[in-house]
Amino acid sequence: MYLTKDEEALLRGEEGEAKRLAMEILVALGDIYGAERMVKVDSVHISGTSYTSCGDAGIHFLSRLVRSGAKLAVPSTLNPVSIPLNRWRELGFPERLAAKQLEILSLYKLMGAAGGYTCHPYLVGNVPRYGSHISWAESSAIVYANSMLGARTNREGGIGALASALVGLTPLYGYHLAENRRATVKVEVEAELIDALDYSLLGYAIGELIIDGVPLIAGLPSQAGLDELKAMGASMATSGSIALFHALNLTPEAGLMKDEGLPKLTIDSSMLKQVREKLSSNGGLTVDCVALGCPHLSLSELKRIASFLEGRKVKEGVRLWLFTSEGIKRLGEEAGYVDIIEAAGGRILTGGCVVHTPLEEIGVEVLATNSAKAAHYCLSLHEVKVCIGSLKECLEAALTGRWVY
Amino acid sequence: MSKKPLSFFGGVNPKTGLVIEEGHSLKGYSVKGKVLVLPRGKGSTVGSWVLYELSINGLAPSAIINLEADPIVAVGAIIAGIPLVDKLNVDPFEVIENGDMIEVMAEGRVGVVRVHKGG
Repeated sequence: MYLTKDEEALLRGEEGEAKRLAMEILVALGDIYGAERMVKVDSVHISGTSYTSCGDAGIHFLSRLVRSGAKLAVPSTLNPVSIPLNRWRELGFPERLAAKQLEILSLYKLMGAAGGYTCHPYLVGNVPRYGSHISWAESSAIVYANSMLGARTNREGGIGALASALVGLTPLYGYHLAENRRATVKVEVEAELIDALDYSLLGYAIGELIIDGVPLIAGLPSQAGLDELKAMGASMATSGSIALFHALNLTPEAGLMKDEGLPKLTIDSSMLKQVREKLSSNGGLTVDCVALGCPHLSLSELKRIASFLEGRKVKEGVRLWLFTSEGIKRLGEEAGYVDIIEAAGGRILTGGCVVHTPLEEIGVEVLATNSAKAAHYCLSLHEVKVCIGSLKECLEAALTGRWVY
Repeated sequence: MSKKPLSFFGGVNPKTGLVIEEGHSLKGYSVKGKVLVLPRGKGSTVGSWVLYELSINGLAPSAIINLEADPIVAVGAIIAGIPLVDKLNVDPFEVIENGDMIEVMAEGRVGVVRVHKGG
């Protein structure tokens, strides 16, 4: 891999140990993937920030970087963590976990990370331009940045993204190159899509079938909005490792694609039903937690939830957890949504993530969600039963404590 | 050495250094102080942190030889300071046997491996 004189100097450690280590990581990744050179990045999003993913090893490593004087060279946001930062104590999250988690965040802060603690950095100030080179981790944010914004990132891991943040570079390969952004398969959608849940199930079905190609999706309704496409992309990156999709008439690069000669597949309503059955327990259960916001809720989702809950009450003993970012919560406060939701007994949680929550320690047994991603990971990482339904079905379960679907 | 890829996350206990992956030919062996010869890694990106945790616990392998390194093990080896070499000009599975003494030099971007037969 070709390095400029300045990059060679970084690799020799002339600008300190942190940057040398970062360069060593990026050069190794570039060699593995056959990159010819580095490219400058102007936006980074770092994952692996939760104590439950990086553990004490993460704290040790970040402390080492901070001691060596590491500073991030590029504006960088951070992924959600293991505790809701605004009310972990009130909700009974373990003190020890919180202490470790807060230590990790203080180390990132010392390096100049912008925080955010969200999987939707693209809604709260980290918004890359069409065609720009970025280094993002967090699979749902990667697929959004590539597909919806037309920015260019590979599926970075947390450490690779941190290395990019330290030196402002990433190896040029994969989705940074136009030839690798071409569609590899055409997907005809014949399923009826009403709720965001349907898009979440659709994404999951596409990911299962394609695994790691670039789908060109036809047949989505023209009114499919940000919330629906955010849900669809997150699911694709869960059941498969899809980093980029094109949706005809909806995403910026779709018009550049040719569908001649592409293998085709069709997705109908029965396939969505199969995904729903796979990710959900049967009806008749008592629900003790309803978790929405995977990926984190947008302002319009907060509005929809507030409209449903206005004048109603969440059943005693049922937790209604609404995960979002501090930035979106502030907007929701101004708009009055937050007051309505809190008055009904819903809890707006910022900076946390249902998947990284120690559900067993908090006493959650049956969890309802409208996200195929949350359902998938809660089933594999936690000892809980999961019910998956539409936003309205989940909110009704919060009012009654029953899952009847 | 094993011809089977190894997932460090879930496959190696970072507190004991023992391989715990069910059905793996190295199951029950410690990685501490060994030169691991593997085709490549596999599994979750958390595997990078497992290599790092092994190193802070003094349980890391001395070096890793891969046919072709994968990003999870490569990143883990770099942050943990474990020498890693791959794409050797001879097939390591042809010339190395379990129990051989191996010297690995991985300064810079070109590595050298010396094999001393029979330890």
